Amino acid sequence: MSEAESNVRREPMDLAKAQVPVGRVHIISERCKQCNFCINYCPTKVLEYSPETNAKGYHFPLVAAGKETSCVHCRFCDLICPELAIFTTEMTDEDKAEFGIDGS
Amino acid sequence: MSATEQIIHPAATVHPIDNLLRADRFPHILCPGCGIGTVIHGYAHAIAASGLSEDRHVCVSGIGCSGRAAGYVNVDSYHSTHGRALPFALGIAVHKPELNVTVISGDGDLTAIGGNHLIHAARRNVNLNVICINNFNYGMTGGQVGPTTPVGAKGSTAPRGAVEQPFNLPYLAKATGAAFVARWTVLHVREFQDAVLRAMNKNGFSFIEVLAPCPTSFGRANNIGDGLHEVEIYRERCVIENGAQNLEELDIDLIDASKPITVGNFVDIDRKPFIE
Ligand code: SF4
Ligand code: SF4
Ligand code: SF4
Repeated sequence: MSEAESNVRREPMDLAKAQVPVGRVHIISERCKQCNFCINYCPTKVLEYSPETNAKGYHFPLVAAGKETSCVHCRFCDLICPELAIFTTEMTDEDKAEFGIDGS
Repeated sequence: MSATEQIIHPAATVHPIDNLLRADRFPHILCPGCGIGTVIHGYAHAIAASGLSEDRHVCVSGIGCSGRAAGYVNVDSYHSTHGRALPFALGIAVHKPELNVTVISGDGDLTAIGGNHLIHAARRNVNLNVICINNFNYGMTGGQVGPTTPVGAKGSTAPRGAVEQPFNLPYLAKATGAAFVARWTVLHVREFQDAVLRAMNKNGFSFIEVLAPCPTSFGRANNIGDGLHEVEIYRERCVIENGAQNLEELDIDLIDASKPITVGNFVDIDRKPFIE
């Protein structure tokens, strides 16, 4: 790519129409072993450790305050979790209503 | 109730893929930050994506931490003796060719104790999917060096660093006749699942090396503080090169930070399978 070309910002043609999914995070806290994979690799930094621990003494991920609607349902936290302790679902209309997101 | 509490309520107790796993045995025995759980997780997703019912899948493993895999999947499985996962799996694949047989085991079990079985199963092109979890040492027994330990890496039997040249597993698999060969890491979750699915659909010997952290044994001996630290090494140094031809040059040197770690789906050829 020439220098001139690389200065042109390229945008997806359907950017205006593209819908970013909103995910809802589910955590099976008793399975977590605090490996940090999900928290570290979440692209939108949705997760943080819980102040409390589970029965085995591990801090588990929670949705950070203010990030309730930031999950993009990429599922990376789910797929990399060695303990199958976290997964996400795409927010339903009821979920969206609960979190005050415009469902349209 | 705070918003944070709200979002996880009702707290989940079941993961969507739990039906393919022995979830009643969770939390599993593996250490925090160990990559083996991620591999088992990926295998379960590949089963779900395969379109075959669970009773068409079989999982065989050998001995070691990775050998625990057979005990955590909810398909017919067998936990064989040390190094003998492949001959046991070969028996199943030959007797019941309609089954999709996957071997999940560690680098020590598959390439040292069972090394001879590996090269001959590949040579015969038996229809098996081999997932070799490579954590560069014998984790379960305390971090002894094995045939995959990088030169210079420390282990309980090499306190000053390993001096022997390790195996380059994709090169070995290709040279001995495998029809599908890949190398990924536990960070490459989607690519790994895709490779397992391709292996399941391949009539022939498939070999997937997957790098996984063993923070308890290998990590501790080599100043790799935890599982995340090793996964960060993968993230910084992995280069994807699907179809790479120069496998003989693609050794992994986990210790030398200047060397890239090449991953990818390297080989996908059609060769006469053992059973047609
Ligand atoms: S699905 Fe993706 S965006 Fe949502 S919490 Fe998990 S890693 Fe973060
Ligand atoms: S990836 Fe899984 S085990 Fe690791 S911290 Fe997240 S939920 Fe816990
Ligand atoms: S010893 Fe190593 S390979 Fe075994 S469970 Fe622990 S971290 Fe995993």
